[in-house]
Amino acid sequence: MEISKVLDAKGLACPMPIVKTKKAMNELESGQILEIHTTDKGALNDLPAWAKSGGHEVVKQEEENEILKFWIKKA
Amino acid sequence: MTVKVMTSADVTKKVFNKEELFVLDVRNESDFNDWKIEGKNFDYLNVPYYELLDGVEGILEKLPSDKEILVVCAKEGSSVMVADMLSEAGLTVSYLKGGMKAWSEHLEPVKVGDLKDGGEIYQFVRIGKGCLSYMVVSNGEAALIDATRMIDIYLNFADSIGAKITHVFDTHLHADHISGGRQIAEKTSAIYWLPPKDATDVTFSYQPLEGGNDVTIGNATINIHAIYSPGHTIGSTSFVVDEQFLFSGDILFIDSIGRPDLAGMAEDWVSDLRETLYNRYRELSDELLVLPAHFMIMDELNDDGTVAEKLGTLFAKNHGLNIEDENEFRKLVTGNLPPQPHAYQEIRQTNMGKINPDEEKQREMEIGPNRCAVR
Repeated sequence: MEISKVLDAKGLACPMPIVKTKKAMNELESGQILEIHTTDKGALNDLPAWAKSGGHEVVKQEEENEILKFWIKKA
Repeated sequence: MTVKVMTSADVTKKVFNKEELFVLDVRNESDFNDWKIEGKNFDYLNVPYYELLDGVEGILEKLPSDKEILVVCAKEGSSVMVADMLSEAGLTVSYLKGGMKAWSEHLEPVKVGDLKDGGEIYQFVRIGKGCLSYMVVSNGEAALIDATRMIDIYLNFADSIGAKITHVFDTHLHADHISGGRQIAEKTSAIYWLPPKDATDVTFSYQPLEGGNDVTIGNATINIHAIYSPGHTIGSTSFVVDEQFLFSGDILFIDSIGRPDLAGMAEDWVSDLRETLYNRYRELSDELLVLPAHFMIMDELNDDGTVAEKLGTLFAKNHGLNIEDENEFRKLVTGNLPPQPHAYQEIRQTNMGKINPDEEKQREMEIGPNRCAVR
């Protein structure tokens, strides 16, 4: 998987993780993949829901040591 | 215009008084559908905050101009952001301080009865989750029943009325919320009581609460008469206090009855449940005021915010107490059970002392409404 950008949103509280994700996604081209790291538990449901409403695809998602990681492909 | 702050206490008042309120809930849809702030005259609009990042123009026409608007999210952060945006668009709105997290933890103390020899009973209404806990006070001594994990509220309340907590009870091992009973007992050197049949796997020491136990609070003026009432859990125990009040735990609610499956033992415990409700409870006085450990729907609240009803009235009106046919009863109580939140196993383990999650994890475990009943 080719990752175009990694966004470190660890330690940020809601709504910042998605605010920053949206901004980072704006800078990518269609088809490119954004990797996001966050510690905010709310992101678990919110990030995929945001992605879906924007037509983006959550390619992969994992949790490691309390850090949530998402790989989202831009629509 | 402006952004104001509303606390959970403010919102609770509005719920008790059946006031109007427009709730703009900016959590995601599945969280909103799972659980939200309930009020008889509340209206709702659910728009996830991440759909408003580019601006709130799209929802302005959906917001009322003739009632207060409260923006709500999980922890407060997103609701502050949305409230700011609405304020810039010219509206005056409030956000809920602490978000749904604070709502879940809010406890509202309400007096629910007087004791014959001059004491009182207070009910602590956990409005966001439906849990009900109690403080029985007499002559400077207090007993707690089914205390939740927000222990400071009970400790401060007891201080404010000059009462020393001497006994702490759990009517059964809870699955829907984490008990603060043991912690309070440790802090106050009170005795912690738990029904032994629910305590077979616990890791700590406790005083076994058995049917027929009489515990006196405050210079021998009240008796807490324990009645073994299995069915919701195998050890469930009710109390009659002062010959006036029946603390029914999760066996009997105002508009429903306890479900027997939270420990995976539904089939086995159905007969116990029936025996308790249809025989043991029928032997008690109709005049007893039933004080359960949960309420399920807002309709169960009286006008003063309390949840209480005479046993005789429940026998007349509660559907679960009036199913003649045993097989039909069995079907009602074992089929169509609401889904059991996965956290229930972890909560039971926490209450047994087997795991020790930190405060943040405890909060997460408890998010959502209680699902202790079957109607």
